[in-house]
Amino acid sequence: MTDETKKKVEDKIVGLVKEYAGKKRFKPIDIVKEMEKEFASEGLTKDDIKGALKEIMDDEKLVYGYAGGSFLTLPENK
Amino acid sequence: MGKKHQTPLLDELKKGKWISFVREIERAAEKSERTEDLLGQVEESYRDKVNHWKHGGMAGVKGYGAGMVGRFSEFPEKYPGIKECHSMRIIPSAGFFYNSDFLRKLADISEKHAGGLLNFHGATGNIQILGMSQAEAEDAFQAIAELGFDLGGSGSDLRTPSCCAGQARCEFANYDTMKICHDLTEEYQDELHRPAFNYKFKFKFSGCANDCVASAARSDLAFIGTWKDKIKINQGEVKNYVQKFNVQKYVLDKCPTKCMWFEGDNLVIDDENCVKCMHCINEMPKALRAGDEKGASILIGAKAPLVTGPRMGMMLVPFYDINEDAKNDYEQLKALISNMWEFWDEFGVSRERIGELIGRVGLNTFLEGIGLEPMPEMVEHPRSNPFIKFTEEGEE
Repeated sequence: MTDETKKKVEDKIVGLVKEYAGKKRFKPIDIVKEMEKEFASEGLTKDDIKGALKEIMDDEKLVYGYAGGSFLTLPENK
Repeated sequence: MGKKHQTPLLDELKKGKWISFVREIERAAEKSERTEDLLGQVEESYRDKVNHWKHGGMAGVKGYGAGMVGRFSEFPEKYPGIKECHSMRIIPSAGFFYNSDFLRKLADISEKHAGGLLNFHGATGNIQILGMSQAEAEDAFQAIAELGFDLGGSGSDLRTPSCCAGQARCEFANYDTMKICHDLTEEYQDELHRPAFNYKFKFKFSGCANDCVASAARSDLAFIGTWKDKIKINQGEVKNYVQKFNVQKYVLDKCPTKCMWFEGDNLVIDDENCVKCMHCINEMPKALRAGDEKGASILIGAKAPLVTGPRMGMMLVPFYDINEDAKNDYEQLKALISNMWEFWDEFGVSRERIGELIGRVGLNTFLEGIGLEPMPEMVEHPRSNPFIKFTEEGEE
């Protein structure tokens, strides 16, 4: 995966969580499936997307929340 | 120092000669105001017959989605010390071996960053520091990391694998439980720290069917030590046991498959029908030993009650040659686990354990999905439904 594609995937994931904030809780696996479909034409694997997700969490653009199951959410200060 | 909160109901739990958790919390409260508040709230819980914790929420350390379990008091103004009272989970060493220096340092971390209360060990096997606030989590985590330890699993992820003391302490262990537990913990660091499953997934490793870590009841994938060949019999020692107690009554009659009997003074075992339950070996350890061809049975799908009630694990792989696969870095096992997780990712729904998924889609579908051939040992019990429709080829 090129840096450019990785950036696109990261922006897409963060954008999706932002767009649905307060309306829908995305499990990480939901995001991975969604991105697999979204970027199917670019041949991205599940591991590529998990790698992008890992960087998003390391950069604290998103954080994990828990309510019965784990989900992705925006950090409290955003 | 006088008591901050009156606790007449908890005081009842200090009576008697056994260790009391109330006394332990009180000891910790002597040094920690927040733990005093914990006593106050627990007293209220006993009075009201409900607990006053709020579950979940945001608690964690940078980059990790697991390792902290959020607990918030329902009465933050009344008990400010436990407004946040999170648990920090730490991966134990395989087999739960620690040196005293580590324990002292861990106790210091607990006193400095939490209320001085520790839990050895949680249901999954983690060490837990109790009563931590989010503000202290990062510093506590760094201090733990400096001791060479790491945070464990929580949420929808791979939970901290756990194992019995295995070959380090037990003559019954049929494989090195600690090695595989350690190796798989190292292998699946991402799955442990970053929740990416539909729900939790647990590995547990028991060296024999005594199952000291309750893997058959408490883990999604249980590894229970077993053997393929014959039980080794020392007839001389059998005769010694016969002198000491009623072997017929307490061993032979309790054999689940009745595969043992006496021919004259000699004990005979029909190993073909032995289910390796360990009962006879437990009763006569000097006379009977497991065979030499050792490995593990893999069971799938156990869980404690939550969504659909408790389940015991069901047989998935009757004999897995751990020692052979370990030489290839567990290539076979990792492929099996990967196939199972793929199937669960694809077809599982939110908060559905893998055993519940198998119950919903059927074992046949699951086996096809993960590329495993059905085997007679997987049959849990004979069919009870008499209405069976056969096809022309004679198949159901």
